[in-house]
Amino acid sequence: MRLALLAGLVLALAAAAPAFASEEKPTLAELEGELTCPTCNGPLELSNAPVADRIRAFILERIAAGDTKSEIKEKLVDSFGESVLAAPPRSGFNWIAWVLPLVGGAVAVVVLALAVRRWSQAKGEEPAPADPSANGRPPLDPELERRLDEELARFDG
Amino acid sequence: MARRVKIVLQAAAVTVVALLVVLLGWRVAQQEEGRGLSDAVAAGKRPAAPEFTLDALDGEDQISLSDYRGKGVVLNLWASWCGPCKKEAPLLQSAWERYRDEGLVVLGVDAQDFPRDARDFVERYGLTYPIAHDRNGSILGRYGSTGFPETWFVDRQGRLVGEHITGEFSEEQLEENIQLVLES
Repeated sequence: MRLALLAGLVLALAAAAPAFASEEKPTLAELEGELTCPTCNGPLELSNAPVADRIRAFILERIAAGDTKSEIKEKLVDSFGESVLAAPPRSGFNWIAWVLPLVGGAVAVVVLALAVRRWSQAKGEEPAPADPSANGRPPLDPELERRLDEELARFDG
Repeated sequence: MARRVKIVLQAAAVTVVALLVVLLGWRVAQQEEGRGLSDAVAAGKRPAAPEFTLDALDGEDQISLSDYRGKGVVLNLWASWCGPCKKEAPLLQSAWERYRDEGLVVLGVDAQDFPRDARDFVERYGLTYPIAHDRNGSILGRYGSTGFPETWFVDRQGRLVGEHITGEFSEEQLEENIQLVLES
């Protein structure tokens, strides 16, 4: 148990280390992937618009000045608004954009599970088919069988 | 109980979808408003210029279009990184100096730009007319803007008149539209 906890801790630290390094010492490529071009609304990394070039120059300037990733993003939001961010910040009303897909996914899983359960129950409750007779066909209707016996008895007689 | 839960979930789903449809409709309506303005002006109509309030580029005040009601307005949308905007700036400054006593205002709206770059631009070209900074590009959709520069002309009653000029204007175009604004 202790070993598992220790392994979990080591893994968590290993996962957090690159994120911390990226926050403290961001690269242009990382930031380009997290920003949009204000004039074309596409990813910054794919844009060759003049404003995209200007933003790239600004990012390099701020990296050289020692700004963290969050500080650079904050300065860009000050100038261009939140639409410059590829993903909305996790605060206030924007939480909806992060939470809604997760809630939607969870609801879909629950609904699917309930539906599957209901279908399997409905299938289980169906009346079992009557035992087929020796020739593989279902048994005759009792009334029809009685009449058939009567006819056969008359024929024999 | 299960039936009640089912109804609540269905109602919630319908509400979410309805909200998304309303948001989409609102967005499309805004874009259409801008396109419609351009078409109306081209057809010789005089639609009301969409009102806006933005921070002044110098950061000291706010600027609203309605502040200039009673005056003619040359509304120029620009950005410091835009090449043709550099050619237009001296012409706009000159028009502002020549016609301001006759009741004309040149109003610049800098958008999708670093305010620091815009202030450098203003200093370099010696611009003294009022300039607002549209941080989110919020008025661009409402004016049907597709790029920079773009110029609209607003008469003394706050209506769009003359031409909606997309791209760089010529001196003649500017002069002709200013006369139209001042006569209205």
